[in-house]
Amino acid sequence: MSGTDLLDRLAVSIPYIRFLGIRFERRGDELTALMPFKPDLIGNPLLPAIHGGATGAFLEITGLMQLASDTAIQAATEGELPDDYAPVIPKPIDITFDYLRSGKPRDTYARAMVQRRGRRVANLRIEAWQEERAKLIATAHGNFLLGR
Amino acid sequence: MSKTDLHKRMTEGRADGDGTGDLMTGIPHSAAMGMRLVSATDGEALMLLPYDENLVGDVATGILGGGAITALLDTCCGAAVFATKAGVMSTATLDLRIDYMRPATPGETVQARATCYRVARSVAFVRALAYHDDPDRPIATAAAAFIVERKPEKPKPEDQS
Repeated sequence: MSGTDLLDRLAVSIPYIRFLGIRFERRGDELTALMPFKPDLIGNPLLPAIHGGATGAFLEITGLMQLASDTAIQAATEGELPDDYAPVIPKPIDITFDYLRSGKPRDTYARAMVQRRGRRVANLRIEAWQEERAKLIATAHGNFLLGR
Repeated sequence: MSKTDLHKRMTEGRADGDGTGDLMTGIPHSAAMGMRLVSATDGEALMLLPYDENLVGDVATGILGGGAITALLDTCCGAAVFATKAGVMSTATLDLRIDYMRPATPGETVQARATCYRVARSVAFVRALAYHDDPDRPIATAAAAFIVERKPEKPKPEDQS
């Protein structure tokens, strides 16, 4: 089974990822997450702007999926993965979100950078943007608990 | 919808006898998640997020996604800022830190309580807590800063001459 198949299967198996409509694309070991715009992501109808909570959840999910993807890649180097293989989804310990620009009613992208992955804890920085990669709308940094 | 309407929808909830409250129709994402505003007065807001299988982050356990708790706490913090007497017309989250203490129990409603403890000219500071029944056993805590737009203050008498 290819890594992308595995990731797609994992993503569609999680109801909250489906609820937000998030999709993933993997190139090598780098994951780009996409949250296509839909009206029920709106938090402020006056601007209008995407809900800070939706952007926050998107950043968090991007981080979790990057870690799960890395786990799967590592497992694949150690041997053939069974068809029902599913990487453990880490748990967030703490996350800080910085909101840099209001999220416009359009598609949002995110990428996670693993600063350090230890035995128990991984530290991540995650960035979200819309039309321009250099114009970030929000960033997050946080610690995630690995394993069960 | 005017700014006043948004203000009303963020603050004019009511505690119903069955512990529900008003669906947050003025905020589409909060309404889609099923969040309910119970009360918002004197810089303190109380909200509910009934358990919903669509918000589950781990199918094996049925535990809600951490992001759903984040969205609830963010919304509740915003409502607390609107609920101060500082004449806040609009808010935007500047930063938000969440500490996840324990997983939410599958099937149970999550409550959130936020307190806005300082509104400066353009920034408001808020703390919040998510829990089931006992605030001493929090699911998550939050600390947030919001950029606010306030009603212009009335000019002092000496300025009017």
